[in-house]
Amino acid sequence: MTDLLFARAQMGLSLAFHIVFAAAGVALPVLMVLSDLKARRTGDADYRKLGQKLAKGTAILFAVGAVSGTVLSFELGLLWPDFMGQYGEVIGLPFSLEGVAFFTEAIFLGIYLYGRERVSPGMHLFSGVMVAVSGAASAFFVTLVNVFMNQPSGFVPTPNGPTDVQPLVAMFSPGWQYQTAHVLLSCYQASAFAMAGIHAFVLLRHPGSAFHRKALSVALPVACLTALLQPLVGDFSAKHVAKAQPVKLAAMEGQFETERGAPLRIGGLPDVETGTVSGALDIPHGLSILAFGDPHAEVKGLEAFPRDTWPPVAKVHVAFQVMVGTGSLMALLSLVTLVQRWRRGEWPSGRRMMRAWLVAGPLGLVALEAGWLVTEWGRQPWIVHGAMRTAEAVTPVPHLAAPFWTFTLLYLFLGAVVLFLLLHQVRDTLPGDGPRAAGHPAFGEDEAHVH
Amino acid sequence: MSTEGVLGFVLAGTFVLYALFGGADFGGGVWDLLARGPRKARQRALIARAMGPVWEVNHIWLIVGVVLMFAGFPRAFAALSVALHVPLTLLLVGIVCRGAAFTFRAYDTRGDAVQRQWGLVFSGASVVAPLLLGMCVGAVVSGDIRVEGRVVVSGFFAPWLSPFAWAVGVFALTLFAFLAAVYLTHEAPSPELKEDFRRRALGSGALVFAAALGVLLLARTGAPRVWHGLLASPFAVALHLGTALAAVTAFVLLWTRRYAWARVAAAVQVGLIVLGWAAAQYPYLVVPDITLKAAAASPSTQRLLLAALVVGAAVVVPSIALLFRVFRPRPEEDATASTRS
Repeated sequence: MTDLLFARAQMGLSLAFHIVFAAAGVALPVLMVLSDLKARRTGDADYRKLGQKLAKGTAILFAVGAVSGTVLSFELGLLWPDFMGQYGEVIGLPFSLEGVAFFTEAIFLGIYLYGRERVSPGMHLFSGVMVAVSGAASAFFVTLVNVFMNQPSGFVPTPNGPTDVQPLVAMFSPGWQYQTAHVLLSCYQASAFAMAGIHAFVLLRHPGSAFHRKALSVALPVACLTALLQPLVGDFSAKHVAKAQPVKLAAMEGQFETERGAPLRIGGLPDVETGTVSGALDIPHGLSILAFGDPHAEVKGLEAFPRDTWPPVAKVHVAFQVMVGTGSLMALLSLVTLVQRWRRGEWPSGRRMMRAWLVAGPLGLVALEAGWLVTEWGRQPWIVHGAMRTAEAVTPVPHLAAPFWTFTLLYLFLGAVVLFLLLHQVRDTLPGDGPRAAGHPAFGEDEAHVH
Repeated sequence: MSTEGVLGFVLAGTFVLYALFGGADFGGGVWDLLARGPRKARQRALIARAMGPVWEVNHIWLIVGVVLMFAGFPRAFAALSVALHVPLTLLLVGIVCRGAAFTFRAYDTRGDAVQRQWGLVFSGASVVAPLLLGMCVGAVVSGDIRVEGRVVVSGFFAPWLSPFAWAVGVFALTLFAFLAAVYLTHEAPSPELKEDFRRRALGSGALVFAAALGVLLLARTGAPRVWHGLLASPFAVALHLGTALAAVTAFVLLWTRRYAWARVAAAVQVGLIVLGWAAAQYPYLVVPDITLKAAAASPSTQRLLLAALVVGAAVVVPSIALLFRVFRPRPEEDATASTRS
């Protein structure tokens, strides 16, 4: 592997890792506040306990998200110094505002997590709401940076870097409304599906657990609502890509030739040498309808663009299929769940539905990662589309294999620990275990008895 | 003052705040590692309780500094990212291990042995990170990082591994440990714990003095610009006199057990030291090849950044004030009364 590939791999790894924690940091506070609200309204101790459990999960995930986010802010320069050196000033504004939002989130999370007994219940709830709002704001601002990289605006490119810089124009580069909505929804969707999956898993083994049924009743509305909205927002987003980034659309769909009435290719593996897609299910005129709302619309193929500006077609196409496929499954399950909820007046809890939700649990995260891969691979070979190639931006520092493997091992280890700790939190809520559930006291709580 | 001057001043300000808050958290980790005596467990519990609600917030000053750097002074950020790639990567590993282990220790309830292991990772990383941070600062100020056009020509190791850079690293480590010990005298709930940290504060304060002397002696050959900058202007002289005065005051207040005021004096001392560093290398961001002016973003970006900073401050400052008010130490509280939810 070349140093460029190691740099890309390290950046990709860092983002893929961080994205999970960032999404949880955006969405778990909402679920936690929803539980608190239910606890306040009903006075039900289970909802209060759920709010506390979610708070612990948030604390663990947010801490790892905070440190992995720090890594990213440095890696922008460590791996892509010329990107930052030239475009840092163009796109620094949303980064700064993201910093402000992240700051606010951390402050109120501190109050929320540790201040339960120090502030009034109203203040505590307010802190939770502030965490949720600022978490969403921080995801919004950082997505604006990605929008800019996909379809940059607000500067004039020259060989010596950008001139005539207009940061406000750059901050809201075209398509910002679709991509930010798509990303925010995906955060809530992925987290709510994961949470629903966990509680469905417990309910399969302990069908009578009231706590887990209540937990499911908090997760399911968020999961169903986001899963049904997401295809609509995704469609807006794809229509924008079709107009604004035709080469990315062509790669997503495995469209090699420019044609009118292009078919929608479901699945399959594109081969750039032969310019064909093998094993796909073709729906006639499907792509023209979806992308342009007209069965005879012309869809530009990859061959309309210079070969050295093609993204990695097979990767982009497969990632896109995974995202759309998992998204469709989740929307379908949500539809069935909502119909049952409407007909029976309560959230489903039968074994078949629980199995379905257990299987669907990881799909939100799969879709999130796949969608992110689509946008990143789909932008290649550019780091700033049309203005700077990724290969031009990479650091001159040699031996990039070393930091890549260091962070790979570190993140694998951290991921395993986080998973273990979260499972531990869930195990404490299993029915029938009684007070044992408390386990060993948290750090610093047992020293009272030493003296 | 020019816009880039204001922005540079704000950048220095974020480093002051990072030293005062984030630095003290690193120092807390150092004292976790060095916890000893009959109250060993209670010392560690006090440190964990003081840091728990605020360490993530304190850490964000560093991110603010980084963002200001690449948005406001992109060329300097790019050059430093190349020249200091190795120590910054190691620093990141330290930051990740420190934060993750601190959190895992709090939530990993498998028993004392496991918590001790996480404690060791947390405290070990808390020693390594400030050392590396100081070495990076030493490299920047020494004049050993050379940049031609956009290309760093001074290699990836020599500037941050010079004796002067090492001395600044050790100085940063002792300074953060001293600051943490002083804060903890105020935060400690019992007279015995207060005494523990008073002794540590006085001891590490003496080490700060020794390390500062080391930096000064090595600066003459290792960082000539700082050496001359120390006496260059009446402003610089006033700054250094102020630092010395704050240091002596902090010592006297610790000696006489007036902890609340000792804390203020120590914070003033550390703040002035960081400002002294900034003043010594002004107008350079990377001595001697990149000035503030040469590295600065376009004027429109600078003005918008300042506006974003004002908006940010309007949101963040009252929120932080609230956070610290909620978690101010209460005398009636024992180190064991955890409020973790």
